[in-house]
Amino acid sequence: MDSHATTFGVPSRKMAMWVFIASECMFFGSLIATYLSYEGKSLVGPTPEEILNIPLTSVSTFVLLMSSLAMVLALDAVQTGDRRLARLWLGAVIVLGGLFLGGQVYEFNHFYHEGLTLQQNLFGATFFVLTGFHGAHVTVGVIWMVTLLVMSLRGRLGPERSLDVEVAGLYWHFVDVVWIVIFTVVYLIQ
Amino acid sequence: MSVRAMTAPGHESLYSGGMRSWLTTVDHKRIGVLYGISALFYFVVGGVEALIIRLQLASADGTVVGADTFNQLFTMHGTTMVFLVLMPLSAALFNYMIPLMIGARDVAFPRLNAFSFWTFLFGSLLLNLSFLVGNPPDAGWFGYANLTSKQYNPGMGIDFWLLSVQIMGIASIASAVNFTVTILNMRAHGMSLMRMPLFVWMALIVQVLMLLAFPPITVAFIYLMFDRFFGTHFYIPDAGGTPILWQHLFWIFGHPEVYILILPSFGVVSEVLPTFSRKPLFGAPFMIFSGILIGFLGFGVWSHHMFTTGLGAVADTAFSLATMLIAIPTGVKIFNWIATLWGGHIHFKTPLYFAVGMVGLFIIGGLSGIMHASPPVDIQQHDTYFVVAHLHYVFFGGTVFGLFAGIYYWWPKITGRMIGEGLGKLHFWLMFIGMNLTFFPMHFLGMDGMPRRIYTYAADLGWERWNLIATVGAFVIAVSVLVFFVNAVRSVRAGEPAGGDPWDGATLEWTMSSPPPEYNFAIVPVVNSARPFWLHKFGPTRDISTRTREEGTPPQPDTPPERIDLPSPSGWPILAALGLSLVGGGALVGLWLVLVGVAVLVFGVYRWAFQPLERLGHPTFGPAPGGGR
Ligand SMILES: [Cu+2]
Repeated sequence: MDSHATTFGVPSRKMAMWVFIASECMFFGSLIATYLSYEGKSLVGPTPEEILNIPLTSVSTFVLLMSSLAMVLALDAVQTGDRRLARLWLGAVIVLGGLFLGGQVYEFNHFYHEGLTLQQNLFGATFFVLTGFHGAHVTVGVIWMVTLLVMSLRGRLGPERSLDVEVAGLYWHFVDVVWIVIFTVVYLIQ
Repeated sequence: MSVRAMTAPGHESLYSGGMRSWLTTVDHKRIGVLYGISALFYFVVGGVEALIIRLQLASADGTVVGADTFNQLFTMHGTTMVFLVLMPLSAALFNYMIPLMIGARDVAFPRLNAFSFWTFLFGSLLLNLSFLVGNPPDAGWFGYANLTSKQYNPGMGIDFWLLSVQIMGIASIASAVNFTVTILNMRAHGMSLMRMPLFVWMALIVQVLMLLAFPPITVAFIYLMFDRFFGTHFYIPDAGGTPILWQHLFWIFGHPEVYILILPSFGVVSEVLPTFSRKPLFGAPFMIFSGILIGFLGFGVWSHHMFTTGLGAVADTAFSLATMLIAIPTGVKIFNWIATLWGGHIHFKTPLYFAVGMVGLFIIGGLSGIMHASPPVDIQQHDTYFVVAHLHYVFFGGTVFGLFAGIYYWWPKITGRMIGEGLGKLHFWLMFIGMNLTFFPMHFLGMDGMPRRIYTYAADLGWERWNLIATVGAFVIAVSVLVFFVNAVRSVRAGEPAGGDPWDGATLEWTMSSPPPEYNFAIVPVVNSARPFWLHKFGPTRDISTRTREEGTPPQPDTPPERIDLPSPSGWPILAALGLSLVGGGALVGLWLVLVGVAVLVFGVYRWAFQPLERLGHPTFGPAPGGGR
């Protein structure tokens, strides 16, 4: 209960998010480790070199990074009680997150037509499961942001609720950082 | 929100109220009781499964069950005992005791706590639903690929298993987040980390292990789910995959899981021994750091389950050494327990019997564990009954005895009534004898080469005598469990009132009435010792062994001097848990049910998130304005 004094002076919800993130590190760590250990083990193509589109994904990576910036600004706006800016930046997070997801949908669709499916080879299986679960995390984040935006539009997201935004922001930044790792491991180091 | 009138003292009303009050409870004590009842129920279920296994193996060429049923029985027995009995039984004690022991009025997230319990319960029901459709899982609790592949195991049993264990994994992670934050952030003023009771310390380590160990097995299950539902080839060698991947992910979870199962018992014993020796725990800081070291090393030893997969000499050596290292902190604990008893003014009560029994039996299991740390020895013993003997000395001798020590120790606190000492000791001796009769002969059988998981064996192999003895032992254990239930019912019906502090305890839970009031502490205590209640009762002396117990008033008044706001009961966590379980169960029925589950889950989570947490603006005592329940 955040209203009570806590041992460490940190709100419990914030600490809970950090603890949850530690657990999530093991989740994505296991997925990435599997991807690495199955790299080059596919018996048939398409291979990563043949199919991964680094320029396109660089753009969507940039988009996701910018969404983290918008998240920081949204939190700041909520904390200072600037409702107009809070809505603007929360909206920006949603749009940028949505763009990233749109890029992923396009990419998955494109790969599917190029012959890379879940069942095609180990690359397909490990790639789709890893990036798909990351995408699912982004989706949850976008839904969370939409919820916060609706709260703000209804006038229920004043500075006294800034912890709500801070905890959501922690999650969002984490999902962003995970993408940086995935982008590096899957796309840049092949 | 409705408010119940509460009566003091005794607070028997803690458990009163109809079905609805139990379904919507967010009180950690009630949730603890729910976990306990569920776990004991499944203890009987898993026990019956074990008895059928033992009947089948009692003599050569047994015909009680066929091979298929036998496979289902040992799979369900293992899965049940690990996920449906030992973990929830630990969770029961964690839930009930941790807030009391750290001086908190509840856990950090009471509704998340309710969600964890219901998710666990629905997951466990889904697992056992597989009996009703006539197709329980049959690939062992370890579910090695490719025993679980669609090609070799097309039935729905494996799907039930992988979905239900995943659901229960979500419950465990949610619970672990909750209790990690509770222990770190909800302590009473002055309850520094080094003043925390050992039980709470071990619980904290267990939470961290659950946080870090459950994700890898979740990933392993996701791959298996994709292999079975969507035709991927994560574990299929024909497509370049390897079944060994499952073993790595499973045991990266599986070995820490061993400590998830044993450390709660270590914690209980570290509370029981000092109380009944009337001495502080010997070397408490060493006990704490040993526990941390065990938890830490536990993540670096998983491949000792995989020596026979051919990882190579370097890997085998590293994992072997790391495994042997764990013997050091474990040994420290054992010596400290013995040193705690040494020279103590020992009160021979049932909890002490179980605690000492745990230490003795765990030593046997620990020693055979060190044997397996050596790859050549392990390869000899791999998949034989020697390993079955080892793991049951650890889980039955270690965990079950330790948890029963905890049940007898805290029974008066939880129920408000004493539990029979005579029947309790009978329970102990029957269980102790039965356990050794059952599992010690398995060492001999294993050494003689009897493989695990065979449903029958030929008469000329010479395994009949020890198998028969093991079966007799299993039934002695069953009788001991029956004695426990008789004792429990008698205590609840007509046990003598326990009072707040029946054992002359040292920790905070004994400072309040039994059972405690809903708000736990009328006044949140200020703690200035690792043994705050002994300090209160006896003053600053380490030697309390000769001091007699004072019949003083406990420091907790019956009536709080100020208004206390408690979290309001909520039906949304159980609804969210139901939605999550429908998503899992729906995967076996059809997409429409998955979507219904998602809708219920989202609806439940949103209602939960926007429901005010506190019962605001009402006095704790007396009927609320407007009354009603
Ligand atoms: Cu192990």
